[in-house]
Amino acid sequence: MTTTPTNAALPSAEIQLDIFRRMLRIERNDDATHKQIRLGRITSPYYSGRGQEVIPATMSALMTRDDKICTIYRGIHDMVAKDMPLRPLWAEICGRVDGTCKGKGGPMHLTHPATGVMVTTGIVGSSMPIANGLAWAALLDGSKQVTVAYFGDGAANIGAFHEALNLAALWKLPVIFVCQNNGYGEHTRIENHMAGDLISKRAVGYAMPGFTVDGNDPFDMYAHAHAAIERARAGEGPTLLECKTFRFMGHAFGDNDAYMLEGEKAAHMAKDPLPAFRAKLIASGVASEAQLAQMQTAIEAEVDDAIAFAMACEFPGVEELRRDVFAEEIPA
Amino acid sequence: MSEMVTMTGQQAINLALAEAMERDPKVLVFGEDVADREGGGVSGTTRGLSTRFGDDRVRSTPITEQAIIGAPIGAAMGGYKPVAEIMLMNFTAVAMDMIVNHAAKLRFMSGGQSQVPIVIRTMTGAGYQTAGQHADFLEAWFCHTAGIKVVAASNPADFKGLMLSCIDDPDPCMFIEAGVAIRTPGELAVDQGKIPLGKARIHQAGTDVTVISYSTQFLRCIEAVKELEEAGISVELIDLRTISPWDKECVLASVEKTGRAVVVHEALRSFGVGAEIAATISEELFGKLKAPVRRLGAPYSAVPFSKPLETAFLVQPADVVACVKELISRG
Repeated sequence: MTTTPTNAALPSAEIQLDIFRRMLRIERNDDATHKQIRLGRITSPYYSGRGQEVIPATMSALMTRDDKICTIYRGIHDMVAKDMPLRPLWAEICGRVDGTCKGKGGPMHLTHPATGVMVTTGIVGSSMPIANGLAWAALLDGSKQVTVAYFGDGAANIGAFHEALNLAALWKLPVIFVCQNNGYGEHTRIENHMAGDLISKRAVGYAMPGFTVDGNDPFDMYAHAHAAIERARAGEGPTLLECKTFRFMGHAFGDNDAYMLEGEKAAHMAKDPLPAFRAKLIASGVASEAQLAQMQTAIEAEVDDAIAFAMACEFPGVEELRRDVFAEEIPA
Repeated sequence: MSEMVTMTGQQAINLALAEAMERDPKVLVFGEDVADREGGGVSGTTRGLSTRFGDDRVRSTPITEQAIIGAPIGAAMGGYKPVAEIMLMNFTAVAMDMIVNHAAKLRFMSGGQSQVPIVIRTMTGAGYQTAGQHADFLEAWFCHTAGIKVVAASNPADFKGLMLSCIDDPDPCMFIEAGVAIRTPGELAVDQGKIPLGKARIHQAGTDVTVISYSTQFLRCIEAVKELEEAGISVELIDLRTISPWDKECVLASVEKTGRAVVVHEALRSFGVGAEIAATISEELFGKLKAPVRRLGAPYSAVPFSKPLETAFLVQPADVVACVKELISRG
């Protein structure tokens, strides 16, 4: 269950670079978000995915634009990895009318069907039953499209997890359940919120393959993600991937870390997967220092442009309260 | 004039589903026991559909209410029009997160990018001694959630016409199939088509008082009105049909004419749909009312088991008669 699949796929140099680009885009975007929060320009809670970059970056490197994701309130890293454009993303975070949801959903409900970001839910566990439906539609269409349901370790304890995994396995739906196990459900450590040692073991109960993966290792992630996506595309049904990672910014950005073990966060941050993978790419000759510096400059320019765009956008007018409740506007 | 046929509401719903599935390959039927292998629905409402349209489009599910609503939400976003069955309305409580936080809100929260054109069919109603967890009218829960339409027909023609409209509606619809109402036979045109959502039906015109009701309770009101007519009281009887959004125009025009109104439903009187309608009438027509607006509904209690208690729990035709007579007696 925790072993690497046989004939483990290895990411090509091109894919390694693509995974890194997505990781860097997440990290640079996250860093810019911290700055805007400190400047008082973002006033809503922020659930940072910093530290968890490898998981969605690798999944996304293996997905097409048509493949779908359903994610959760800690999900901006998942969307950035899926190449959601940053201008409408930032305008949404800032509550502006040019946001991808016209400023009516905000960071917990970012949606962008054009890049496959179908649902972002603020309810723990609820990404999974809906992902099943998107997968069911793909199955009926006869397409090869897959759906990824992202969720956290806390969501493995809620009923929706059980209901969704059972149905997905029963109907062999092309869905991949990707648990980003960061060791905490809100402020509660996993050994205090979950019976049993591994979430992946629960897959056995649904006659579904389940693997515990090093979610901070792009190679381990790639091998498991590749196998799971191929399995889904081949009509063989769902896979549960428990990807072990750690969140560097706590539950909500700015929370104090008193609930964590002493030194725990620092130890994880010392093993930050982003600089580690960067060094590996250079050491193995996949990329040059200059190439990665250029990549970073381009990403930072994209983020800066998105923030400038968002700040210049108008807030939605109050008439938006009557729109999109139903397809037909509600009369004033 | 079309040829008329007599059938039950269940048969009318079955006809609507079959017609919609025939016309549109995107229409799916989904829920516990809905396929023919499992009997075509616990009450037989979907009987024959899986045989005719195949097991891919008519699919029985495990007893798994969150998944039963979650999957149609996703399929709807994938371009399908699923009709999902939550066997009994009390079981919607198990799927509440999917219905309230997701189906109803995804359009708004996505700024109009997502749409969830699903229909949730569900049975309910007291009178079968099924007690506190199998018989509640919970329509007010959903009327109090922006983004989901709530429909409750009383007769076969409306069951068919409203179901056809719900299936084609771009938004989620809760379709209440009350046990008594779906089993009561009635006439409908062989070619009965869509009936628009949000439009009430004036069952009979009258001048002294307006009685507003829906679903099974509307059938009980028909009985009450007969007795009132015999006593020389002219009643305008309105079947609301769609509870949310409700037909204010029709109701207000009627009460403006009669000056008296009684809202009758099977659900609890407290915090119910009747309170919303009565408050709206009072706000809009304050100076034109001849008497206070009355609400009749169940007492603040769970649906009881014992037959005499269950009978007392339900608003009976005699209660409607007494209420109307009291209003008239005020002059």
